[in-house]
Order: sequence, then C-alpha cells, then structure tokens
Amino acid sequence: MHLGVSESMRECEYSQISTRSSTPMETPYKKRTPKKKKWESFPGRNKFYCDGRIMMAKQTGVFYLTLVLILVTCGLFFTFDCPYLALQLTPAIPVIGGALFLFVLGTLLRTSFSDPGVLPRATPDEAADLERQIDVANGSTGYRPPPRTKEVVINGQTVKLKYCFTCKIFRPPRASHCSLCDNCVERFDHHCPWVGNCVGRRNYRFFYMFILSLSFLTIFIFAFVITHIILRSHQSGFLSALKGSPASVLEVVVCFFSVWSIVGLSGFHTYLISSNQTTNEDIKGSWSSKRGKDNYNPYSYGNIFTNCFAALCGPLPPSLIDRRGFIQSDTPQLAPSTNGITMYGATQSQQSHMCDQDQCIQSTKFVLQAATTPLLQQQSSEPIILTASSENGSSLPGRTALTLGGPCTSLTLGQPTPPTSTPSLSCHEPTDMLPIHGLSHTHNHSHPIQEPVAHHHFLTPEEVPSPPGMLPCGSPMGHSHTMQAGFYNPASQDSLHEDSVRGLVKLSSV
Amino acid sequence: MAETHSLQDMRQQAAVAAKVFIQRDYTNGTVCQFQTKFPSELETRIDKQQFEETVRTLNNLYAEAEKLGSQSYIEGCLACLTAYTIFLCMETHYEKVLKKIAKYIQEQNDKIYAPRGLLLTDPIERGLRVIEIAIFEDRSLTR
Repeated sequence: MHLGVSESMRECEYSQISTRSSTPMETPYKKRTPKKKKWESFPGRNKFYCDGRIMMAKQTGVFYLTLVLILVTCGLFFTFDCPYLALQLTPAIPVIGGALFLFVLGTLLRTSFSDPGVLPRATPDEAADLERQIDVANGSTGYRPPPRTKEVVINGQTVKLKYCFTCKIFRPPRASHCSLCDNCVERFDHHCPWVGNCVGRRNYRFFYMFILSLSFLTIFIFAFVITHIILRSHQSGFLSALKGSPASVLEVVVCFFSVWSIVGLSGFHTYLISSNQTTNEDIKGSWSSKRGKDNYNPYSYGNIFTNCFAALCGPLPPSLIDRRGFIQSDTPQLAPSTNGITMYGATQSQQSHMCDQDQCIQSTKFVLQAATTPLLQQQSSEPIILTASSENGSSLPGRTALTLGGPCTSLTLGQPTPPTSTPSLSCHEPTDMLPIHGLSHTHNHSHPIQEPVAHHHFLTPEEVPSPPGMLPCGSPMGHSHTMQAGFYNPASQDSLHEDSVRGLVKLSSV
Repeated sequence: MAETHSLQDMRQQAAVAAKVFIQRDYTNGTVCQFQTKFPSELETRIDKQQFEETVRTLNNLYAEAEKLGSQSYIEGCLACLTAYTIFLCMETHYEKVLKKIAKYIQEQNDKIYAPRGLLLTDPIERGLRVIEIAIFEDRSLTR
C-alpha cells in the first residue's frame, strides 16, 4: 500500500518534467471534457462577460451607480431642457450634448471593460527558476523567505523591484499588485470603484478621456440648465419656471456637486500625465524632491507635451493574458481557489496532481500560510513589513485631497506624511483617520446624488477595511491607490479563513 | 510545414532536461527589453554570438513596437477621434510587430535552435516577462 503511494508520487514527479505533463489519470478525463477558455480559470478576482471579451473587477455595484447617474441626468436633460433650448436658442445644443454624452459613455465602457494591463502569473517553471536563483544568492534553504527586492538603475535613478508573492514574479517598475482584483497590473494608477476596474497601462487614456469629457458634459449641462431656468423665469417668473421644469432642479444639484469633483480630478490627472507619474507614485511621493535633492522621475521625457503625447497617443499594448485562448491540455493550470494563498512552495503542479502525499503536504502548508497570512497579505502587495521602507507611503492621501475641491477639503491632511514612518506609528493612523472618515461619510450622505467624484475618497462603509495594524494608508483615503500598502478586503480575509479551515479538514481526513 | 511538424515531434518525443529563462532588462525603463547576458546552461549548446544576436534582434523589434514615432501618434489621434472604434477593423501597430516577432522566433527555432536541441518560446506567451528556452535531452539528437 505504502509502496503504491510512493510509486504514484514518482509518476507525478516524472510528469512534471516532461512537456506532456498529463498523468495517465488526467488524460482520459481531459479528452472527454470540452476545451475550456483561459478566462474560465483565470486566477485573479475578475469577472468576465461575453466569452472573455469583457473584463471587470469583482465589485461592480458602484459602476452601475455611475452609469445610472450619467444616464438619468442626461436623459432628463434631453427630455426636459433640450426641447425648450433647441427652440429658443439653437438646435446645436442637443447635438453637441448628444455627441458629448456618447463620447462619455464610450470611454466609460472602454475603461470598465478592458484589461488594464494585467500581468499573467508566473508559470511553475519560472517560479521555480526564480526561487532557485534566490536560494543560490541567499545560500539558504527551508522557510526563510526569499529577498523581496531587486535593485535596478533606470536613467540614473535607483528603483526597487519588489517580488510579488501572489504572482511569483518580480514586478516590473511602475507595476503594482491590486489586492481588490488580486492581479499585478502594469503601470498601476489606481483601482477605481466608480469605473469598476483597475486603471493601468492599457486603459489609462480611456479613463482620462472619460473624466475629461465628463467634466465638459457636466459643465455643459449645468450651464444650459441654468440658461433654461433663467430664460423661463424671464417669461413667467422664477418660481413658476422651477415648477414648470422640476427636473432641472435635480440636474442642477447633481451637476453642481459633480463639477467640483470631476473637474478637480481631471486637473489632477492632467498634472499627472504632464509629469508622467501615476496616482500611486504621486501619493507615495516616489519622485518628489522632498525625498532628496537627486530624486527625479526617471520615466518623464522631460517635456510636458511629449509626456502628454506618450500617455494619450502612444502605442496601445495588447492584452497579455489572452483571455479567449484555449487552455492547452499539457500546461497545468493554477486552481482559482488558491488565490493569494500560494506563497511558500505550493506550486501549480502540486495543486493539479491528486497525489495523496502531495495533498497532505499541501494542507499543512495551507494551515501554515493561513496562520501567517495577516502578515503575508501585505507582502503580496507591499512586501516590507518589518522594515519601515520609505516606499511604504503610509497614508499619503493628502495630495489627492488637495486637488479635489468642495466637500473634500475637510479631508485634506496637508503635507503627505513623511515616508519614514514606522509601523508602530502607522498603527495609530487609521484610528486617527476614522473621525475624519466619519465626517466624509456625512458629506457623502448629505449629497446623495454625487456624480462619480472622489475616486479616492467616499468609501462606502463596506469598503472600509479593518486596518490590521500595519495598514497605513488609511481606510478613507488612498484605499485604492496605495495598493502597495495592501488594502485589506474583508471578503478576502474571509476566503483566507475559509481556506485555512479547509486545510485543517484535509489534514484531519488524511 | 514539415519543419514545424518535426519540431512538434521533438517536443513529444524528447524530454525537457532544463529550462532557461532570460529575464527582462529594465535599465531603460519600462520598455520591453531582455537581458543579453549569455546563460551558462547554454554554453555547450550554442554560440554566444548567435544567442546575443537573437536577443538583440528581439529587443530591437520590441523597441520598434513601442516606439513613440509619428506613426503611433497618428494612430492614437485617429483612434481617439473615432472613439476607438477604429480598432475593430484595424490592427494596432504593436500587434503588427508582435506578428513579426512571432515569425522571427519561428524562423530562428527552425534554423538555429531546433537543430541544437533548444526551443525558444515567444515571450508573449509568458506575458512578456521572460524568454523561455527549453533545453532538450541530448539523446533526441543522436537519432
């Protein structure tokens, strides 16, 4: 019996090496089932529609809110204000409004549905090769964690490349791991709940076009609704004008509050584009001169126009994840349920094989990993826990707060906190932020019909993570930008606990 | 066609002894470039010059794909004006170059790497992270 088990283990070992790595057990099974597409077993926390053509984040509720707000406001405008304005002023108004509206919708859908630039996870061979290289460099074996950073000199600036424990790769510069979507994204800007997707290399220009055109649309509607009311009140008095067109009041209210936030956001992103920075970098002050005299942005082309052109009109790279390709039967696939847990040693091939001994080892690792995951979860995004790294960017939302006007000014924290804050300090920060967060919520609730605004601010209570001590970046603020600091999604915490329980059950059953 | 068939045959019959991964070179920023350092595992199999030539050509091709030239600007502006619907019928410049790269890798495999028991994998299949070179066992060559 025991021999039989070890023999099957050996079989598993061999099949790992050969290119045709399907075990005798698996091949007949695979032949019977139809070929699956890659999106169906995508390891990240994304939702796919239309057979993999559309890709969104898991939480899409706020995106539907955005859509409803835009559609309702524009619908009211075209139905109630445009007829009057077209007759009294010019029919060009609904035409321009219509064009703007279509552009806004187009760019919104393009931002929400496209792949932001997700980096596919390392294949088991790659991961093993990296770990081997790291072990050689370290001279260590066993459970000592591999070094988390690699330094590279880019255009004269030293940049640290961090190792992503979830994706098992050294992240390229400017890439970041989004803990909401559980993916590494190239040129990660931020995760935008209003758009229901991450904003990264491949959809940043669509996002920018969206907020820019939305600013124009908001200002357009606001201006012409006011004009409409004024013209009407000339004819029949102010109050009767309002009574005659009640929808206009609603539109004015919505547009008034949107204008401040959206225009502010557009301005902020215009600044980011012209200096070739991402929201992530700006919040952390990565290239700020405050860090040092010689600190400059190595990615900037030096010229504002070149930076703008590069961001908006540069070549659009294709998606790296090949959602609609078929899964090759000889490449083992990572089981989606093991998201974010596959850290120390548990490789893809181990999961795809059904060897009993493997499962036992797997379960033990699960339990160990689950026990240590509160620390490790941050590692997957910001691998520095014990060392107060200067990149940790503990709660630097101040900058973004500054650029958003209106209701957001109360949340301004002035200077970004100096990057050398220690973990103990950061423990206090979330609690300090809570009263402010409460204030932001009252703001949010008093203006219930807030247009897509403060991407950075108004979190619904469900989105506020329970700060696990280490989390500096503030529940209220850079929840999404500072993915580096590990936004702790309560949902992921639950799944981790679930997995650890599963691991324990497996252990007991063996 | 016959050549690719023999490549596939080789994959099926021979076992992969090892895999070498050529990592990305980030010294020029986020542009896609691969390290030209010659890995020690390939010393017995292929000429250093040959290898460096391959990697350098690939680097040049990727640089061409990501080049900020007038062509990419025109394409970008046109796309913006047509609300990006133009990409439904047209292929982006990047995709065209990727096809060129795939053809180049195929050709390199056929002419240079397969006869030496090596196989290059197109980096796009590895998310542009690495160039994977599979080293096949020697016994397949003695047939």
